[in-house]
Amino acid sequence: MHRVLLAAVAGAWAISPAHAQQRALPLDALRSGVEFAGADVRSMQSDDVANPGFLWIERGEKLWREGGDGKSCNACHGDARASMRGVAARYPAYDASSATMLDLEARINDCRVRRQGVSALTRESDELLALSAYVTHQSRGMPEAVNVEGAARAAFERGRAFYTARHGQMNLSCAQCHDQNWGKRLYAETLSQGHGNAFPAYKLEWQTMGSLQRRIRACLSGIRAEMPPAGAPELTDVELYLAWRAQGLPIEAPGVRR
Amino acid sequence: MADSRVNVSPEIRRGEPFEVRISIRHAMETGYRTDTVGKSIPRNVIRTFACRYNGEPVFAVRMSSGIAANPYLRFFVTGRESGTLDFEWIDDAGERGVAQAAVKVV
Repeated sequence: MHRVLLAAVAGAWAISPAHAQQRALPLDALRSGVEFAGADVRSMQSDDVANPGFLWIERGEKLWREGGDGKSCNACHGDARASMRGVAARYPAYDASSATMLDLEARINDCRVRRQGVSALTRESDELLALSAYVTHQSRGMPEAVNVEGAARAAFERGRAFYTARHGQMNLSCAQCHDQNWGKRLYAETLSQGHGNAFPAYKLEWQTMGSLQRRIRACLSGIRAEMPPAGAPELTDVELYLAWRAQGLPIEAPGVRR
Repeated sequence: MADSRVNVSPEIRRGEPFEVRISIRHAMETGYRTDTVGKSIPRNVIRTFACRYNGEPVFAVRMSSGIAANPYLRFFVTGRESGTLDFEWIDDAGERGVAQAAVKVV
C-alpha cells in the first residue's frame, strides 16, 4: 500500500512545477525512523495494545468531546475520525488571521483561546499531547503533504537554512547527520534520516509522550547548541522543513522510539 | 491516574488459558531523581496490582522502582465461566485505580 501512496505523491510532483526544487532525499530513499529501530521497539509500535502512545490517544478522544465554555472540539468539528482525517499531514500550515505558521499544537491552542474561550495548554503537557496525538492519529498511514508555497515559502526557507546551518559547540548541522550520514553508527545509535512522521511519539528514553519540537530540542541539546524555547517560531520553521523533506512518508502517530 | 487500557480475547474456551493485557498510565517516579533545584523527588510507583476473576484472585504483582513508566502487564488466566475481570492497583501516594473487563466463555 505504501508503494501506491508513494507513487501517487510522486505523480503529483511531476505535474507541479512549484515542487520542482531538489529534494534533500530522493523519494525512494526515504526511510522512516522505525526502520532504524530495534525489533522490540518496532513490535511495540505495531501492536496497538502494547503501544503506550494509545493511553494518550484515548485521553485525547475524551478531551475532544469535553467542553470548554460549553464548546467542545466535537461541537464544531464533529467526529474527528472523519473531520480530522488528513489534517495533521498538512501541518505546520500558514494561518492568515495571525500571519504566522502554526504547527498542530499551536493550532489546537489557537482554537482553544479564540473559539472555545479557554486557556492555552502548556507545550508538552499531557493534555496538549493527548489532543495533538489524537488528531495526528486520524491521519495514520497518510503521506506527509505540507504546502511550502505562497505564504509558507519564507518559513520553509528559514527552516531549510536552520537545518543546513552549523549549530552549537559541536558545530554540526542537522544535514550532516541526517542527510549525509544516515545509516551509520553514532556510538550505540544508528543515525536515522531525522523524519518527524512518528510524532507525537512515545519515547522510551523520556518515559512519556513527546512532540516533534521536543525531539528537535533534544537533538540541539545533543550537539550542545542553544535550544529555542518550546513553541518558538524557528522550531515551527524546522518542523515545516522536516515535513516537506519527509513528503511521501506515511504518518505513524503514535510512534514508539527509543 | 486511573487511565488504563485492558485487552482480553473476545471469545474464551472453558478450561483453556486466555491472554490478559493491561497498560496503566502512571509516571512510576523512581525516588532516585532530583528536581531542577536538586531536591529529591519522592518515590511514587504502583505498589500493588491485583486481578480478580469473578471475585477470586488470579494474578497479583508487587512493583518497585525497577518498573518503567506506564507499566504494561501481560498474563494468562484459565477460562472457567463468563463474568468479569476486576483490576485494582494502589500507588505510594495512596491513589487507587480500577478497571474492569468482561469475560465471555463459549
